[in-house]
Amino acid sequence: MDRRDWVYGWLLVLPAMVFLGLFTHLPAIATIWNSFFSTPRGRRPKLFVGLENYQRLLDDPVFWKVMVNNLWFALGTIPLSIALALIMALSVQRAFAGRALVRMAYFTPTVLPLIAVANIWLFFYTPGFGLIDQITGLFGLGQSNLLGSPDTALFAVMAVTVWKEAGFFMIFYLAALQTIPPHLGEAAKIEGAPTGTVFWRITFPLLMPTTLFVSINAVINSFRMVDHIFVLTGGGPDNASSLLLFYIYETSFRFWDTAYGATLTVVMLALLGVLAIGQFLIFDKKVHYK
Amino acid sequence: MNKPGLPIVLQGITKSWAGAVALDDVHLTIPAGQFSAILGPSGCGKSTLLRMIAGLETPSAGKVFIDGRDVTALPADQRGLSFVFQSYALFPHLSVAENIVFGLRTRRVPRAERNQRLAEVAQLLGLGPYLDRKPAQLSGGQQQRVALGRAIIAKRAICLMDEPLSNLDAKLRQTMRAELRALQQQLGFTMVYVTHDQVEAITMADQVVLMNAGRVEQVAAPDALYLKPDTVFAARFIGTPAMNILPAAALGPLGQGLEQAAGRPLSVGLRPEALVHVPQSPVVLSCTHAEYLGADALAHGHIGGHRAVMRVPGADRPEPGTQLLVSFAPQDLHLFDFATEHRTEVAGLSGIFLRLGLPTAKPTGAVASPFKPKDD
Repeated sequence: MDRRDWVYGWLLVLPAMVFLGLFTHLPAIATIWNSFFSTPRGRRPKLFVGLENYQRLLDDPVFWKVMVNNLWFALGTIPLSIALALIMALSVQRAFAGRALVRMAYFTPTVLPLIAVANIWLFFYTPGFGLIDQITGLFGLGQSNLLGSPDTALFAVMAVTVWKEAGFFMIFYLAALQTIPPHLGEAAKIEGAPTGTVFWRITFPLLMPTTLFVSINAVINSFRMVDHIFVLTGGGPDNASSLLLFYIYETSFRFWDTAYGATLTVVMLALLGVLAIGQFLIFDKKVHYK
Repeated sequence: MNKPGLPIVLQGITKSWAGAVALDDVHLTIPAGQFSAILGPSGCGKSTLLRMIAGLETPSAGKVFIDGRDVTALPADQRGLSFVFQSYALFPHLSVAENIVFGLRTRRVPRAERNQRLAEVAQLLGLGPYLDRKPAQLSGGQQQRVALGRAIIAKRAICLMDEPLSNLDAKLRQTMRAELRALQQQLGFTMVYVTHDQVEAITMADQVVLMNAGRVEQVAAPDALYLKPDTVFAARFIGTPAMNILPAAALGPLGQGLEQAAGRPLSVGLRPEALVHVPQSPVVLSCTHAEYLGADALAHGHIGGHRAVMRVPGADRPEPGTQLLVSFAPQDLHLFDFATEHRTEVAGLSGIFLRLGLPTAKPTGAVASPFKPKDD
């Protein structure tokens, strides 16, 4: 290749490289680097401490608590929100009166600002006069404090997440469903396939690329979840609803223990990387790309 | 081994969507074991009619009978027929073999029988080497065969095809026409074949159902359709180039004579290949230009002020401005009622010709095939 072309090519990718490097790769490397040092405080500069931060992490009960919380959170929200998204997409795919309205209703949670969503649910959950208590009150049931009790706080947050994510994922499924030619379903029908078979043998396999995309996003989102917790529970009570990223935020920017925050972040990055690669490997054999 | 084909009868099939009428009171009999082609221009309702037979669409009114049984309310899979879609509708994520045996699997045919039938079909269609491939790895013609395989493996009595060849190139289409026809005759099922291409209909079908604007225009064997079109529409639609349709007056005294004999205004139809150049005639084609086609040419011009086309030998085409004296055989003259556009006959045609001194040309038959493949 001509040398000038070579320079030209690099110049074209330079802006993207600069931004990616400055805002993604450099901070990532700095985070890994910082995780091997102590947190600088006052006049005491940071010191190289080797794997001491990681040792502390293994001994940290709160870390294990938020990891377990996050695991439950992921297991509880991801399959449920994906299944709901698919059901909602299938239900609004066909033409019927008021379809646009139903689609809009399904998608509204995604359009609403996060804080607004959390506040709406805060109202639902309010003990005594929240919507849930008003309804249970009709049946003579007593007050509940779903967000305030350690047994239910995490589930209460999960419900909000499913409610919000399902509508978002529905859009992807809806787009994918539109690309499946209706003739495929008709051909299967003529060959005697009942609706269920058409779905499991034709529609669902053809939606696999979307399912892969959505599930990777869902996993990432479940580990990036922080805003709802801010508004709804603040991680409480007693870390019952705290997740990994919220714990990182608290460690780094409330207690200013930046070195330990960096260590936690490294763990999270590694975890997300492994999960994404794993999903690709598992799904890849089952996914049909056009 | 194969079930013989079953007859299909349509009674008063009507379909309308929000005021738009797609099919208007269609009555039709499709004989068992025969190849029926439903032919018509785009939007005439031919595909809708096919989907009604298949059960993919429900008629607004009317009934569908298969083998004498009313199947109007029956779902598609219980009508005992197969369907080949224009787009083939192959399942992209399944292999060729899985695509072909899809129906057998959903009907729980035992594996051994499935494999045996798959082998038969693969042999018949020459798909053996491709059974493990995905549809996207096949050429258009091979995909077409897979769709055919899926349709014939179940050995249904009826096979419906919706423009199955329109996605293939001209050459492949020609070979597939012959293959489809041979396949139908070999397996003996009833074929209903929708097409907009008159060549396909004429070359393959036992019976052509010509449709126009949601109605059946004419049902006839291909040669009958060409020789005795029922309506002006049928006359124009069949044959390339289209038949010349002129008001009878354009033929001068002959036209007046015909209208007198019929007692009402007439349109006359003359195929370009029916016109013959003669030394003496009252009918004149004033040529405007000639279109060279190789073996023959088309002389475009006017007869009595109305556009007309005449087929002439390619080596002997007229200069623009030439006044060609033309004649034609009485048998080649088609007469239509001017108002209703329906075919009509006038007794003693030859006598009228003789009386008016029109030299009668030999009837057509020696001319080149009137059905030129339209390679669009």
